[in-house]
Formats: sequence, C-alpha cells, structure tokens
Amino acid sequence: MNFKFVIDNFAALTVTGLTQGSIYALVALGYTLVYGVLRLINFAHSEVFMIGTFATTIIWAALGFGVGAAAPSTLGVLGLILVAVIAAGAASGATALVLERVAYRPLRKRNAPPLIFLISAIGASVALMEAAGAITSRQPRGMPSLVFPKVQFSLFGADVTNLQIGIIFSALLMWIGLDTFINRSRLGRGVRAVAQNPEVAALMGVNKDRVIMLIFVLGGAMAGGASVLYDVKVGLTTYSVGFLIGLKAFTAAVLGGIGNLRGALLGGLLLGVVENYGAGVFGNQWMDVVAFVVLVVVLLFRPNGLLGESLGRARA
Amino acid sequence: MVGLLVGAAACAKDDDGGSGTTASSCDNKIAFFGALTGGNAQLGINIRDGAKLAVDEYNKANADCKVSLVEKDSAGDPAQASGLATSVVQDAKILGVVGPAFSGESKVANPILSGEGVVIITPSATNPALATQGVKTFHRALGNDASQGPGAAFYMKGVMKVTKTFVIDDASEYGKGLADQVKSTLGPIVIGSAVVKEQQTDFGTLVQEINKSGADSIFWGGYLREAAPFLKQFRDAGGKAKFVAGDGVKDPKFVEGAGAAAAEGAILTCPCVPPEKAGGTFAADYKTATGRDASTYSAEAFDAANILLQGIKAGNTTRDKLETFVDGYTGEGVTTKFKFQENGDIDPSAVAVWAYTVKSGQIVALERTPTS
Repeated sequence: MNFKFVIDNFAALTVTGLTQGSIYALVALGYTLVYGVLRLINFAHSEVFMIGTFATTIIWAALGFGVGAAAPSTLGVLGLILVAVIAAGAASGATALVLERVAYRPLRKRNAPPLIFLISAIGASVALMEAAGAITSRQPRGMPSLVFPKVQFSLFGADVTNLQIGIIFSALLMWIGLDTFINRSRLGRGVRAVAQNPEVAALMGVNKDRVIMLIFVLGGAMAGGASVLYDVKVGLTTYSVGFLIGLKAFTAAVLGGIGNLRGALLGGLLLGVVENYGAGVFGNQWMDVVAFVVLVVVLLFRPNGLLGESLGRARA
Repeated sequence: MVGLLVGAAACAKDDDGGSGTTASSCDNKIAFFGALTGGNAQLGINIRDGAKLAVDEYNKANADCKVSLVEKDSAGDPAQASGLATSVVQDAKILGVVGPAFSGESKVANPILSGEGVVIITPSATNPALATQGVKTFHRALGNDASQGPGAAFYMKGVMKVTKTFVIDDASEYGKGLADQVKSTLGPIVIGSAVVKEQQTDFGTLVQEINKSGADSIFWGGYLREAAPFLKQFRDAGGKAKFVAGDGVKDPKFVEGAGAAAAEGAILTCPCVPPEKAGGTFAADYKTATGRDASTYSAEAFDAANILLQGIKAGNTTRDKLETFVDGYTGEGVTTKFKFQENGDIDPSAVAVWAYTVKSGQIVALERTPTS
C-alpha cells in the first residue's frame, strides 16, 4: 500500500480523477433518464456510447482530419469538436431511439415483465457490440491528437492542463443544459410528469410515447458528447470500448441515486476520483475493486444512492 | 548486419553433384498449412509465397527430381485444423509441413501431424506452449513470444544504456511472461513495476507514479490496445522516459492510437526478421517472384521450407529420416543460424530478435538486438 504516493499527489490524482469522472457522469445521465421514467436499466446504453466514439472518428476522417493529419488551428479544433459533438450526438441519439423502437417498445405494448426487458437490453447490447466488432474486424481505430495538453496553472501542486479543464468544463456545461431542459422547459415538465405518475400524466394530455422517445434521444446525445470527450482524451476506440465505461457509468448512476440527474453527476465525479485514489494506494490493478467496494459500502448506508432516486419529485 | 546472415538462399540451390537419387524417391511433397482465406489471410499468403519461392528455386536447380508444394488452406480456423491435418497425414508423399501458421490451429493440428511422423516447421506460431505440448516432430523457425524478453532487455541495457526502468504488464500470459523476463534480465535497473488491466484506457495514476519515480525508460509487456492510450497520456503529461514494448505493440495501429508525436522514438522488439534485412538475395527474389515486397514471416517461411528441402535433397525421403535430419540440422538461413532444441524451439542463441522504432509515424527496423 502506497499512502505516501497518494498524499503527495493528492491534488494531481483528484484532477485526473475528475476528468475521467466527467465522462462517467455524462454516460450515467443516459442510464438515469431512462430509469427515472421507465424503471428500466438500459444496458445497451454502453453501446450507444461506443457508436458515438466511432461516429467521431469517422466524421473527422471525412473532414480530412484522419490519421497523420496535422494539428489544426485553435479555431479548427473548436470547429472539429463542434462537428463531432453534433455527429456523435446524432449517431448516439439515433441508436438509442432505434433501440427503444426495436428492443423496448414492442415489449411495453405487450406489458412484458421487467425481466424480459432486461434480457432484451442485454441482447441488444451484445448484438450492437458484436456487429461493430465484425464491421471493424475487431481492430482498434485510432485518431490524431486534437488537443495538445499544455499546463495552464498549478493548483495545490497539481498541474492542470487545457485538456483537463476542457473535458470537465464541457461535461458540466452539458449537464447544466440537460438539467435546465428537464426542470425549466415544457417538454422537460412532461418528462417529470411521466416519471412521477404515467397514468395521471397521460390524463393531463402528456404523450407518454413521445416522452419516452425524448429521454432516449437525450440520453443518447449525452453519451455522444461523452464519446467525443473520450476520443479527444484517449485517442483510440474499439468495438468493446462501451463495456467498461458503461459499467462504470451505471455504477456512478446507482452511486449518486439512479433516476436523479444531480446524482449521476455527483456519482460520476466521485467514482472517477475514488478509483483514482484506490489505484494509487493499492496499485493500478485494484482500481475496479476499490470502485465497486465503495459502491457496496455506500449502498449499505444509503440504499437509494447518495442523493436518492427521483427524477420527478425533487425537481432534480 | 547482412554480414551476419550469410546469404543462404543458396542452400537450396547448392548442387553437390549428387544426383544419385532414384525415381522412386522423387516427386515428394511438402505442405503449406495456414490461412489463405478469411480475416488473417494476409499472413498466410506471406508464408505461402515464402515457401513457394524456396520450392521453385529448388525445382529450378533440381529439375530432374522435383518437390511440390501442397497448399492447405485452414482459413486460420482451429475448427478446420483437424480435418486438414488428417488429409496431410493420409498423403504419404507429404513429408513435412511449413506451418501451421497460427498458434490456435497448431494446438489442434500438431498432435495429428506428429502422430504420423510428419515433420512440422512453423514459421510463425509463437505461443510458447506449443513446444511443451509433447509433439515430437514440432520445430519453430523463430523465437517464441517469451524469447524476445532477453533480447529487449539486452537492447535496453547495451544499446539504449538505460539506468532506471519502470516495467508494466497487463497480466496476460503473453504480457506478464515478457515483462518477467525483462525484469529478470535487467535486474537492479528496474526501479518499479505496475500491472494494468485489459481494456484500461485511463492511466492518470500510473503516469504520475512513473513521472515521480524518475524512470528514464519504460518497458511495456502487453498489447497495443492499452499501450497506445497509455503512451499518449504519458507524453501528454510531459513524460520523457523512453518507451519499449514487444511485438504485441508492433503494429501501425499503435502509432495511430498513440499519435505519431507521442509514439515517435518508441522501441518495439519482435522475434521476426524484417524481410528487407533478410540475408542473401531473398528480398529481391521474392519481389521478382510475387511482384510484392516480402512481408511478415515470408523470410521465416522461406527458411523453413529450405530446411525441409535440404533434408529431401540429402536423401531423407521418409518422414522419419527427415525428422532426424531436421532435429540435427544446423545451418544459416536468410533470417538466422538455425539449430533446434530438444523441444523443437529454436536455440536461444539463434533467436533473432529485432529492434524496430517509430520514425515519422512509420515503424522501421533498426538492428538485431544483442544476445548478451
């Protein structure tokens, strides 16, 4: 055990943990939205994320920013990120929407029991992952570095780079956008109404199917945004990339309180930081062990997660 | 370098005047066994063409007593290997096999081939376990996965002159085996080690740990899927230590994933001889024969076929005799000086481990690694 390393590098580990946690948080939003409304765990959400990572590299390559391309100007970087967010958001949102139509809606119409939804979700996840594996011959796909990290300032001895600031800031921005949309807009009110009580919401004239489509698209778009940040940070994607990220994001959602947007954010950031400390103390290979032990311990004391389960009730 | 590898393409052509072979011992066959179709066909084609070149050259020099090459296309699928292996053993004229190309199909096919005495020389299957399977007629014309460990370590110590190395592995059979050998060869130069997980993409903690450790070099025992994002993040965080890895990372995808800037100067070792650096006129002959540049495992296949052909030439026209010949064989090929151990693995002194580097985004061969 290496406590000295963690204490000496506490600030640095916190920053890298927050960066990774931001990506977890964005993906976690997709789990939380769907669960909040449908009480369904959309296990295929990890593949929605995976599709986004590929959409990003494909659109970049199509725009001439393929492997071996020179680094673009600052304006070019912003443009490429914007295009990627739109492309990945659209691709992931569309994937999520198709999932809903193909894998879940027919079951809902037949009032299938929850277990059937779960099987359908796992089946859809495997089908998407294997299809991507077959198409890419299971080869990883790389992309050129878009942002070259430069240290911007030092915080308690931790060097903070423009890349880290960018990722955390973008993730927060997207979360604020979603939170505002759900809490302030008319469509968002519909989402909260269906989450609270679908029957009464339907009586009040809320179109339940449209709300469900909306949350899948929103969750997918958030995963698309996360996939762009992931690509910028990691620079390599593969057909199975969604599995671990998806699992971590789901964990983050449960940790913060599934069905709760603020919970997803808190859970994601917390998970990223805690597993980073854990890796520092026990060694890198213990990272996931620490992450899941923390999850179990938190759930022992707060069975509904840190902030509780609620999409409809607490305006959050 | 070329001086080390005496041009031995001549081996097959070497006519010692002894044309006392009778008609009955002619028209013998050797078989190619590997993928010619399917996702991994390219490697199989490289091997087939290398073996074919050897056979063609032999037949040109021995027009009165030709040997033919039988092509057994496995599609790289272990499920098809047993049927193919059976078809090989049933053809009594097939004395030896260049292949099987991959480790998976080798595990299935080798016991069947060996059961009927067919001589096996694989130019490409590098799983160490193949030599400990108890297959009597197995030979490997190149080093196994584990054998590049010492080569990589000697290169780091002798050529790169590293003084503080951080060793990382991915806990896989391949990665850990490699890292352990590097550790034991480097000894006290190793100042730290870590284990990464399969599919890990975030290395924030590890990067900080290495940077704090003051290491001047990193050895990576694992595959490119984890190595590429690691190196990118390490360089992004300002890490200057030299990066060394094995053949699990030697792939253009690695440069793509890490980014050409981060990958620049990385040293990658491989128990494979760069075809353009093979001895003699091999590279030119291959190009003339196939119209393509020799690629991965072509030269090894050429050597493997030549060993079998030399045996046949010397009158060993039964499987048993040929096996005895190959077991006791020593001689220069275009890739290295061959000598097999009891278990069929190439003698450690003969393992040709090459160091490659990433230069302007391309993986280029540097030199053969020192053997001590």
